[in-house]
Amino acid sequence: MSDAVQDYAHEVVHEDHGPAKGLRRWLFTTNHKDIGTLYLWFSFLMLLIGGSMALVVRAELFQPGLQFVDPQFFNQMTTNHGLIMVFGAIMPAFVGLANWLLPMMLGAPDMALPRMNNLSFWILPFAFGLLISTLFMEGGGPNFGWTFYAPLSTTYAPDSVTFFIFGVHMMGASSIMGSINIIATILNMRAPGMTLMRMPLFVWTWLITAYLLLAVMPVLAGAVTMMLFDIHFGTSFFSAAGGGDPVLFQHIFWFFGHPEVYIMILPAFGIVSQIIPTFCRKPLFGYDSMVYAVASIAFLSFIVWAHHMFTVGMPLAGQLFFMYSTMLIAVPTGVKVFNWVSTMWRGSMTFETPMLFAIAFVVLFSIGGFSGLMLAITPADYQYHDTYFVVAHFHYVLVPGSLFSIIAAVYYWLPKWCGKMYDEGLGKLHFWLSFVGVNVTFFPQHFSGLAGMPRRIPDYALQFADFNMLSSIGAYVFGFSQVLFLYIVIKTIKSGEPATGRVWEAAHGLEWTLASPAPYHSFTHPPKVVLAEAHS
Amino acid sequence: MADTDEDSVYFIPDNSWFPIGIAVGLFLLVFGLGSWLNEIKAGEEPSLVAFYAGALIFAVVLYRWFAAVIDENLAGLPNARVKRSYVWGIGWFIFSEAMFFAAFFGALFYTRVLAVAWIGGEGAKGVTGDYLWPEFETAWPVVNNPDPSVFANPRESMAAPSIGNWLNYLPFWNTVILLTSSVTVHFAHTAIKDEAQGKMTLWLGVTVLLGILFLILQVEEYLEAYQELGLTLSSGIYGSTFFILTGFHGFHVTLGTFMLFIQLLRGMRGHFRPHDCFGFEASSWYWHFVDVVWVGLFLFVYVF
Repeated sequence: MSDAVQDYAHEVVHEDHGPAKGLRRWLFTTNHKDIGTLYLWFSFLMLLIGGSMALVVRAELFQPGLQFVDPQFFNQMTTNHGLIMVFGAIMPAFVGLANWLLPMMLGAPDMALPRMNNLSFWILPFAFGLLISTLFMEGGGPNFGWTFYAPLSTTYAPDSVTFFIFGVHMMGASSIMGSINIIATILNMRAPGMTLMRMPLFVWTWLITAYLLLAVMPVLAGAVTMMLFDIHFGTSFFSAAGGGDPVLFQHIFWFFGHPEVYIMILPAFGIVSQIIPTFCRKPLFGYDSMVYAVASIAFLSFIVWAHHMFTVGMPLAGQLFFMYSTMLIAVPTGVKVFNWVSTMWRGSMTFETPMLFAIAFVVLFSIGGFSGLMLAITPADYQYHDTYFVVAHFHYVLVPGSLFSIIAAVYYWLPKWCGKMYDEGLGKLHFWLSFVGVNVTFFPQHFSGLAGMPRRIPDYALQFADFNMLSSIGAYVFGFSQVLFLYIVIKTIKSGEPATGRVWEAAHGLEWTLASPAPYHSFTHPPKVVLAEAHS
Repeated sequence: MADTDEDSVYFIPDNSWFPIGIAVGLFLLVFGLGSWLNEIKAGEEPSLVAFYAGALIFAVVLYRWFAAVIDENLAGLPNARVKRSYVWGIGWFIFSEAMFFAAFFGALFYTRVLAVAWIGGEGAKGVTGDYLWPEFETAWPVVNNPDPSVFANPRESMAAPSIGNWLNYLPFWNTVILLTSSVTVHFAHTAIKDEAQGKMTLWLGVTVLLGILFLILQVEEYLEAYQELGLTLSSGIYGSTFFILTGFHGFHVTLGTFMLFIQLLRGMRGHFRPHDCFGFEASSWYWHFVDVVWVGLFLFVYVF
């Protein structure tokens, strides 16, 4: 009898500290690690769905002529590929990483607002369910490109655009709540001694990213709201016949859109700044300048938006302003690349899988940055605009940029999350397949773009055939090597070798002072932070 | 306060069904609303089951969620640090709301200063406007649309009369009402600080009444616009910007009034302490924000 009571008491205490059982754990959780896991698996699912859409596009473009899909469906594929990758894969993956890592890095027990944290996640499956369901509606899904320019997305849109608009509203609500949570966590939950300038760079980049999200997601909500009113209530925001202007849509969209692309890269900067020092066995070169560079990039992101619309018809003064402000971004970005390279200089480097992805990030992201500079030159942009050169540019910053950083982060912190080591040989194989695949896919697109191949078109002239065939082969190699990634992660969780608490020989930061796997509640009582453990 | 922070444990709520409940309610709500709008557009009989079910779930779960947070606070679970998280939360939420309005103010600025001028044939981009609608003349408010066959002209705009005639001008009185309500809500706050229950009830009650009065006058103004001035959502860019700005503001006033009304009920039950009245403070900050937006509206939509 007394034994039973004790067992029960033990059970209660245990439940207080451990996860609930079964589905309830995931539906009702308030734990940052559970929510982080949900975000990461969700984003991986979206990566596979959005990636499959890209493979439909690449299959159609394998040869000139129309072979597999109807042009209308092709448009739906390019549109939904973009929307799902941006809002469903990259952004939630970074939020998932923030959920897992911020409390551990700051010495906090959890995120600041745990229930709202769960709400931010659970809105997403519904939002994307709504978005993907439009593909099966009468008239088809969104087919106007991920930038949904009016009047394509208003006057000429399929009826399902209404659900697309509400889907975007839901994603925005999720992002805003997520950002509020991240800001409150970083500003309010730091352990004693964790001053702002001692925070790991991943935390810094997410703090600034959260501010960007708070500033621009509501503007996107405003843009789609005006679309909704133009479609259903007869307003004329984007119709010149009533005194509005379709170009107004582009201004509002890109006022959101340019900070948005930095939302997708700043946390990547943070991840790479954590990984490179560990595998160079040296502290990060120029920590302070890294923080200031990220802040400068974030500020500049608000005053460059119209470089996406040089050809739309803008006064000359506007074109010049946006050209010069855009070029200015190269300065803080250059500071960052310089610092990463300087961190490597004379370090005792080793090349484990996270480091390989991080180095590939630095090199390939820089290529994407340089093609961005080319696009910033207004007169040159008249030639490049809406060609595959633009596609090559933003895929270089998003795939071997953002996505590689996320993959690097998973390899780097997975042993901390699940307490087991991944298979290094398979990890390296995954890296080389991805590295070759991504370059074979996107490098030729620079050439077809410069030669004038337009984007978002299911057919092309014969002279682009070779580059496109190459590109499609690369895309399938890259796509299927992500299935290998799934296998590696599952294998690690199921049967990996046990990992130590420190995991990596030279890893610095509070998360490495915890056991592997990290306890369910990271730091119930805040640790005292010394500089050596503060950041790497 | 600060020293208890370091020692006491940050309150992490247990597993909760509220978030998933809200997510389900929100989904049904917007799915129902979208279907409704599409059915109206297609001329079909709208089916509103999903919309109402979603709204009901959303409202019930939100009520339960707020009730739980209030109970936790009365039980003393959250320490000062948790409450600071709440303050950061509402503060940055209000900032995001400001950015939502900024999109509409931006649209007003862009169309008014740039687009309408270009359509009227002015400036570097004027050539197209001259070609498409040579009769259109640049003016604000736009009462003669570029193509009145698509967007019917309003008979009159809502622009302010000269300052001497403001006493007969409804938006002027709405400005007075909202500015006054910002002061009365502050008096209510002072009353909580002084632990003067009666005064708090009085001033908060007055604030809620002023909010309701504002909304009644706003409805009056809309009726006048639709019935007498022919100014509607579909009467060109002036009507579009006018109704979207004042409409979303009115929606926020409704929300703010409701929030303050709840705080009034809570205050009468004695929920507030001089240093522990976050629910009230959050609602009053929101109210001040709504007030500031109105000042911007009054200046840029009505006066200038």
